[in-house]
Amino acid sequence: MRKKLKKRNSVSWVTYTVVLLIGLAMLYPIIWMFFATFKSNAEIFGSVKLLPSSFSFQSYIDGWHVNSKITYTTFFKNSFVMTIITTLFTVLSSAIVAYGFARYQFPGKKILFGILIATLMLPGAVVMIPRYAMFNKLGLVDTYWPFYLQGLLSVNSFFVFMLIQFIRGLPRELDESAYLDGCSDLKVFVKILVPLMKPALFSAGLFQFMWTYNDYTNVLIYINSVKKYTLSLALRLSLDAESVVQWNKVMAMSFLSILPLIILFFAAQKYFVEGIATSGLKG
Amino acid sequence: MTPKKKKIKRKQWIGLVFIAPWLIGLIGLQVYPFVASLFYSFTEYNIMSSPKWIGLANYVKLFTADNEFWYSVKVTLIYTIFTVPGKLTVALIVALVMNKNMKGINFIRTIYYIPSLIGGSIGIAILWKLMFQEEGIINSLLKAIHLPTLHWLGDPKTALPTIILLQLWTFGSSFVMFLAALKNVPADLYEAADIDGASSWKKFVKITLPQISSIIFFNIIMQTITALQSFTSSLVITNGGPLKSTYVLGMKLYTEAFSFYKMGYACAISWVIFIMIMIVTMILFRFSSMMVYYEDGNDF
Repeated sequence: MRKKLKKRNSVSWVTYTVVLLIGLAMLYPIIWMFFATFKSNAEIFGSVKLLPSSFSFQSYIDGWHVNSKITYTTFFKNSFVMTIITTLFTVLSSAIVAYGFARYQFPGKKILFGILIATLMLPGAVVMIPRYAMFNKLGLVDTYWPFYLQGLLSVNSFFVFMLIQFIRGLPRELDESAYLDGCSDLKVFVKILVPLMKPALFSAGLFQFMWTYNDYTNVLIYINSVKKYTLSLALRLSLDAESVVQWNKVMAMSFLSILPLIILFFAAQKYFVEGIATSGLKG
Repeated sequence: MTPKKKKIKRKQWIGLVFIAPWLIGLIGLQVYPFVASLFYSFTEYNIMSSPKWIGLANYVKLFTADNEFWYSVKVTLIYTIFTVPGKLTVALIVALVMNKNMKGINFIRTIYYIPSLIGGSIGIAILWKLMFQEEGIINSLLKAIHLPTLHWLGDPKTALPTIILLQLWTFGSSFVMFLAALKNVPADLYEAADIDGASSWKKFVKITLPQISSIIFFNIIMQTITALQSFTSSLVITNGGPLKSTYVLGMKLYTEAFSFYKMGYACAISWVIFIMIMIVTMILFRFSSMMVYYEDGNDF
């Protein structure tokens, strides 16, 4: 019996090799991208060579300085400011809302929870235009406030749902005994639950960071002036700006733009994988 | 006074205060726009002036006079039919292969996940555009191994498949999810089947598939919703072309709204997308009551 089980679970070296080769093939575009940033525009085309003939950082320098007025420093700063604030707001708001749902029996809770689930499936395309019209009327177009407000008001109910499920898994006795010791409702949340929720909050934050950082549809609609452009918009602009695309420059900036995500992923891999595995977050 | 009595005194309505942010967002940024969008779809509206009621005119035009629309519907459906099942099938096969006591599985999982991490970014869309150029690396590689080259993004026949390929490349997040689900299938089920002498195929159909069916179903629903309205890659990689062969509905919606400021017309398109999503979701739910196995007997 034991032998049989072991046999089923062992992996042949053939499988290993195939799995690794496919993995390498999947990463090949990114590896190629990295080396392409050092190549000349001519070298990028019509050649299978992976390595550049010489390593020059010129395309990084040229790409960074878009024109005399603006550099990628601005775009990186914009992306980080917008993404970090949106992420913090989202996590803060989602955690509080999840606490309300998971620990209180207020009137209408069942219906509201049902609506929360339903909004998970509400396609963004349907609400896009009236939302835009509203933010336009409020004078918030061409600011990051549409993003901040959607974070503060937990519009992406996915995170609320995920955190409700997490809080439900924490023993109620913990916060109830704190409550009996005279802690206020808010204090119970801050002192007892938040420390226990750290891994889930971290997962939620990472995914919101990734989605906001990669977002294109919304920034395309809401941000108009170049000095407020995020990386997504700036990169797209660099494709359209010149009649002949300087691919090495574009690749250098594209590579730099994905670098923060890759670094973040390796630094916090555990939370990414747990986040996907436990709550069904899509990438 | 016993603690029990005190417990009851915890004010339950305070919960409403905690969910207030979401509730405000729900009313202001979900329910209102949802209703307003339906209203706008019956109007002529350009943001600057107030909407003018024109009844069903937008829908009539959409269904009878706008050739682009039916073409976009077709493109969108092809895109969805290939990306969603394609991505999930690849993810499931890879997860099944790796659902063993593999050394270094964490490392491999990491490698497979990276495309999902960055696949949605503009940087990668641009990379795709470059790789599939006429003289790009893909054609160079094909030439090197003496295979015929293709026009990829320049040919209406291959442009959409090239974009679908980018989506398939990002199967990693579903893969990680499936792998976690497979690890949760109780081992004793397989042991019992082994004793009965069941074949691997039978074990897969009778044990594995039912046990992870709910997570597969969840993935199908969420990804279908995303696929039916996505347009970023079409916009950046091919700008809808060549010959509108990648002009998905989401892109038509965006163009009508923000290039031509035909907001009412765009809202009508968004409702067509919404109804398409509803129909697909309903079919899937119908289908799932036959196919999806729930531990608690479908009663939740």
